[in-house]
Amino acid sequence: MKITRRTFVKSGVAAFTVTFAAPEFLSDLARAQGSTKRNLIVLNLSGGNDSLSMLIPYNDSNYYSRRPTIGVPAGQVLQIGSDSSNVALGLHPRLTGLKQIYDAGRLALIQRTGYDNQSRSHFLGTDIWSTGDPNGSGLGWVGRYLDSLASPVDPLIGWNTTGSLPHVLQSNKVAVPAIPNAAQYSFNSPNTGTEATAERNSAVRISSHIPVNRPELAFVYDSSQAAMATLDRVATVAAYSPSTTYPNTGFGQAMRAVAGAMAKGIGTKVFYVTTGGFDTHSAQNPNATNGAYYNLMATLNDGLLAFYNDVKNQGLFEDTLILSFSEFGRRISENGSGGTDHGAASVMIAMGGRVSGGLYGTAPNLNTDPKNPTLENSAGDVHFETDFRSVYAQVIDNWLGANSAAILGANYKKSGLGFI
Amino acid sequence: MASSNSAIGHLLRRAGFGGRPDEYGYYGQMSTSQAVDALVNYDSVADDVDANIGKPGFLTTTSNGAFSPNTVVNDARQRWVFRMVHSNRPLQEKMTLFWHNHFATGYQKIAGATSAADGTRYMAAKSSEDTNHVRGQIEMLRDNALGNFRDILMNIAKDTAMLYWLDGRTNTKAKPQENFAREIMELFTVGVGNYTEPDVYAGARVFTGWNLARSSDGVQQYAYVAAQHETTAKTFSFAVYGDGGKTIPARSAADGMRDGEDFINGLAGNPMTARYLAGKLWKYFVSEFRSAPQAWITRIANTYLANQYEMKPVIREVLLSSEFWDPSSYWARYAWPVEFVVRAIKEVGWNGFSTNNTLTPLSNMGQVLFEPPDVAGWDAGQTWFATGAMLARMNFASTLAGNQKFNLATTAKNAGQGKSAASMQAYFLDQLSTAPLDSSVTAELSSYMTATGAWTGSDAQMQAKSSGLVHLIAGLPEYQLC
Repeated sequence: MKITRRTFVKSGVAAFTVTFAAPEFLSDLARAQGSTKRNLIVLNLSGGNDSLSMLIPYNDSNYYSRRPTIGVPAGQVLQIGSDSSNVALGLHPRLTGLKQIYDAGRLALIQRTGYDNQSRSHFLGTDIWSTGDPNGSGLGWVGRYLDSLASPVDPLIGWNTTGSLPHVLQSNKVAVPAIPNAAQYSFNSPNTGTEATAERNSAVRISSHIPVNRPELAFVYDSSQAAMATLDRVATVAAYSPSTTYPNTGFGQAMRAVAGAMAKGIGTKVFYVTTGGFDTHSAQNPNATNGAYYNLMATLNDGLLAFYNDVKNQGLFEDTLILSFSEFGRRISENGSGGTDHGAASVMIAMGGRVSGGLYGTAPNLNTDPKNPTLENSAGDVHFETDFRSVYAQVIDNWLGANSAAILGANYKKSGLGFI
Repeated sequence: MASSNSAIGHLLRRAGFGGRPDEYGYYGQMSTSQAVDALVNYDSVADDVDANIGKPGFLTTTSNGAFSPNTVVNDARQRWVFRMVHSNRPLQEKMTLFWHNHFATGYQKIAGATSAADGTRYMAAKSSEDTNHVRGQIEMLRDNALGNFRDILMNIAKDTAMLYWLDGRTNTKAKPQENFAREIMELFTVGVGNYTEPDVYAGARVFTGWNLARSSDGVQQYAYVAAQHETTAKTFSFAVYGDGGKTIPARSAADGMRDGEDFINGLAGNPMTARYLAGKLWKYFVSEFRSAPQAWITRIANTYLANQYEMKPVIREVLLSSEFWDPSSYWARYAWPVEFVVRAIKEVGWNGFSTNNTLTPLSNMGQVLFEPPDVAGWDAGQTWFATGAMLARMNFASTLAGNQKFNLATTAKNAGQGKSAASMQAYFLDQLSTAPLDSSVTAELSSYMTATGAWTGSDAQMQAKSSGLVHLIAGLPEYQLC
């Protein structure tokens, strides 16, 4: 159970109990807390990204023998050089925008990230990546970062672009708002004029109530209060005019909202964005225009490129870091359905104005020898080389300016991961 | 009617979607155990709710062209909301929703592989209304809502929508497909921790050849394709057979369909399945605020096993359990968006309201019927209450109250409640059932009643205040519990 208000009440913070003035108070708070302006955008490639179709070892003959129909041809990949183990790598041909950002030195690809005994369950896997906990339980790793901030924390410190709170953002201190669509984030009324205003005033006052000794109900009050306290600031984001055109995909529109929140300076520091469809068990088809994986890459590329150009135009790229994850990579050999089943380690993407771009870690060797140390599961899946928590640690310490050992529960720092 | 703490109200919120005034009247005359029996034995009540679609006195529907719930998915959604509000077999709809969440299948993927019309058919067609008598997945679940779990599982493994959804249609000897095999263990039966990765690989081989074939009338139907079945023995980490045997023997291809049947039998009878289902039933029917006592889980699991996986005695046991009736179980669940929406309609009124007006709000609240987020179903409980979803609930309350403005004012006036702000408030707090309100909340509602001027009881004021008050009450956190 992740009860936010209970903890809050226990810690004796009285400021919220008064509080018709809470919204303005929170805005001030947000401005103070947002003063460093640095943003973290956590991007979930949901479903289990087949990173071998995204970052292709195009000189590895085993890649093509194990993927006779879905291997991306060497002649098509966007070559980006070799990693430290001298494996030549190329991006999926549809990732032309990411290639551009890579060439500008602002895109890092961290290979073979995962953990020991990796879960092949979507749900447990997502929980593990969200928490950094081997059982996938407890608060989110970003949520624990929010809990490390001085109280009280403004709810709009975080902005979740999906409809429900992702595990990554679950925290004790703050109910991060879910704002899938800024324009619909409003308070309506069956009446107009002064009647409508009276309703809204009542709703704001009611939402500041704290039901003592009813923590489960307090959770709903918490959400209600956060909603009422964030309405006006979110409305400013709904009115944002970007400097570039974003694709009309869920992901593109979510990135547009992120850029809007940054540009309007509403105090948000962490964002959560997801784009799904990566569970490509069948008809993965990375090669044909409008094939399933081809489209996934198109969505990813076009949304990120529009965002990159927009925030660069706004002078905000320096303050931006995007970090991707996916619950697992996929099986190396294709299955009978032209797809791939659940696998293990995968590739994480980091992109931002202060990212030291390039290839981190080493690619797997795809030969089928069961003793191949870069693989596991009888050489069926990619074995991890870098614990994903080492990547989180780098971000927590070097970008968020917090203490990764305290937040992750142990010191996961690892050398050679200086992407930020 | 709805005195919030009444036992019948509690029962109707859990075994149904709250009560219409006539349901309070009907079940209110019974003892609680009689009411449980009446709800569980819904077979004796005519299943005629669909015949009321389009009739005066009921919710309306809105479509592009003729209402086509067997081929247009938004119409299928409207039909289900209509049933939830108007059915006289509320537990059937409630259990169908339970199974929909349990075997969570999404329309989009099926429609993408077929067409919008066929995707809807395979999800929702009523066989008596389909040209080729296709019975969609939800109709199968509805027909078996309190049936035998093994039968449901067998039907699901052969369900057209499921064979698309978890890719069973492509599971072949040369390339076994793990998707269905994994989820049948992880999500449908024994649960995480009670199977191993090698079990997933073996399970995939069990279901090789459980594919789809196109019938002469163009319908995709389950077919066992012997040539695609992998015939070697399959060994599991758990017992598949009653004698403790863990190995499904090697069989001829012609006989290979029995592999899957044995496996499903074994999973249905696995004691971990019994406990896994009991745990889900606890959260769905009894409480999300405290965990199930182990003794309760054991009792329900034993009922399940002793009755050969029949769900009717299981649900009866759940609803008659002392834990269900314990005061701590009242208002101890977070209402799912459809539970909230349907209860609000039942309590506020529906004359002139269209089921279509629930669809976008439900999406904003995070629950689109026939489109669960993934095969694990909706992530219920506190996850529903992200801020955007909370606003969507308040805004649905606003839409419904605005739509019913005239009816609300008229009904309150006819009930003689227009005399004072206080009597209006008391009246609507009785019509709408909420978890107990702290006095400071009722005080805020009182000050709202006169916030824009003293009480006069004029028609204009009655309409403004009844709709505004209903909006505020249905938007209260206390109304989001059930």
